[in-house]
Amino acid sequence: MTGLPDGWEVVVGLEVHCELATATKLFCGCANAFGAEPNTNVCPVCLGLPGSLPVLNRRAVELAMRIGVALGARIAPSVFHRKNYFYPDMPKDFQISQYDAPINRGGRLELPDGTVVGIERAHLEEDTGKTTHVGGTGRIGGADRALVDYNRAGVPLVEIVSAPDIRSAAQARAYVAELRAILVATGASDGRMEEGSLRVDANVSVRRPGGPLGTRCEIKNLNSMRSLGRAIEFEAARQIAQCAAGGQVVQETRHWDEDRGETVPMRSKEEAEDYRYFPEPDLVPLEPDQRWQAEVAASIGPLPAERRVRLLHLLGAAPTPAQAEQVRSVVASDLDALVVAACEHGAPASLALARTANEVAAEPSSAARLDPAAFATLLVLEASGELATSQSKQVLAELLATGGDPAEIARRLGFEPMDRGELAGVIEQVIAEHPEDWARFAGGEDKVRGPLIGAVRKATGNKADPAAVGRYLDERRARGS
Amino acid sequence: MTPGDTRPDPRPPAIGPEQVRHVARLARLRLSDEELARFTGQLAAVLDYAAELAELDVEGLEPMAHPLPLRNVLRSDEPRPPLRRDEVLEQAPAVEDGCFCVPRILSGEG
Repeated sequence: MTGLPDGWEVVVGLEVHCELATATKLFCGCANAFGAEPNTNVCPVCLGLPGSLPVLNRRAVELAMRIGVALGARIAPSVFHRKNYFYPDMPKDFQISQYDAPINRGGRLELPDGTVVGIERAHLEEDTGKTTHVGGTGRIGGADRALVDYNRAGVPLVEIVSAPDIRSAAQARAYVAELRAILVATGASDGRMEEGSLRVDANVSVRRPGGPLGTRCEIKNLNSMRSLGRAIEFEAARQIAQCAAGGQVVQETRHWDEDRGETVPMRSKEEAEDYRYFPEPDLVPLEPDQRWQAEVAASIGPLPAERRVRLLHLLGAAPTPAQAEQVRSVVASDLDALVVAACEHGAPASLALARTANEVAAEPSSAARLDPAAFATLLVLEASGELATSQSKQVLAELLATGGDPAEIARRLGFEPMDRGELAGVIEQVIAEHPEDWARFAGGEDKVRGPLIGAVRKATGNKADPAAVGRYLDERRARGS
Repeated sequence: MTPGDTRPDPRPPAIGPEQVRHVARLARLRLSDEELARFTGQLAAVLDYAAELAELDVEGLEPMAHPLPLRNVLRSDEPRPPLRRDEVLEQAPAVEDGCFCVPRILSGEG
């Protein structure tokens, strides 16, 4: 499903929860680690045992400030509050969060297409424990009991709240993709959505374009780009159908059911929204001074937008749509440094970009070990025609798996790279043996080109790259010799 | 969660039984009618006493988030040993698969 009925517009604001890449939790020294055995990274502080006291993690504050700097936010004096609620995912019966005095205020995020989405705030808070509903139907409403793992309780989060500036499911995905790239580039997060490092809630409403904002619903449980896009499209269509039928949208929190492909209302008591926020008495205010803020700002490397521009400069000519997408994906997967280094070693930029975006990105665990100089050597062999494209890709697979010298790998695989002089010698010999064909080709008969290339390939035992032979023939004809 | 507009007025009006009932429900307390009347009176007296603060002239003073003259109390991001799991799970009402096991949540409430 794409597109909305004529005369309707969807308005979306996103709340992105980002787990910070710290070693420990926000208020205690328990490890911040994904995938540990349940309840093995817990202590009296994150279990909320009586008498325990929270102490704020300096690194978490620094990473929160990095996010603020990258989003152009104002770093402000901030205060922690208790958000009170009864749910077993927080053993304290409250979550420590920032309420009316968040650390980062305001800001903006520019999408690759130039759209600007306002940022309202990006505040620090602690994550909750993980509950798994078991028994019964397995759904929240049908389960007969819940199992709770507190390893995640107290993990540092930054919640980034956008303005309601997003106008389509595609734009929402572009926003999260760009935000994710920024979070990875600043070192604030590993950006792994599949591990829950990035979780998205969407506030969705519909309206007549230019009209007043409609009543919004908050959609939870959006754990992938795919869910995000599908949920917004479903919810917009649901609200439009409701309005078109003369009904009204009820403000509520809804849960995205990925299997059924629909949003369903979450049952909660009326009073559940009254969190009785009050200042956390066990934590003192946070006021990063100018010097600390400047240190943090200086510690941030180039942001994705700037890194994309760098790659586009290397390409020189205006990028094709495919190249523009390659540039985005290479920067998002943090592989742009490889492209830049390969180019510095003489690789052609468009080839380095394409191979990095496809073959290298497909092997993320090997990509970091790939030697840019060897990568560049291989790409030069391919560009000069000494290796055919399919051969070059096989050598690259070897290079990613084991490393080594590309020319040596090519020899081992039986792709004897032919140097230009050797190839030229063979071609000249073929021309000498086929004087009539050459005369026809030289006279402009392009249909003889194929047979001539075939003859050269045959003479080299199919080692010669057809494209390189063709280029040689074309150049020789152009020289008129 | 973005903040709503639920902050109490700094000078709340005198408290009535309905508010006490609401606050009690938020805290999961079940009050009898007799208790409701008694606590409404007690809470009103406490609030009256606290309301004396409203008579102070605080013109030009910055609101305080904390009585201590401290800012930026921080620790380094260094791991410390967690509790032993068997010790942790001794606190649980029931245990299953290394987890705290609790009754079902949000089912047929309200």
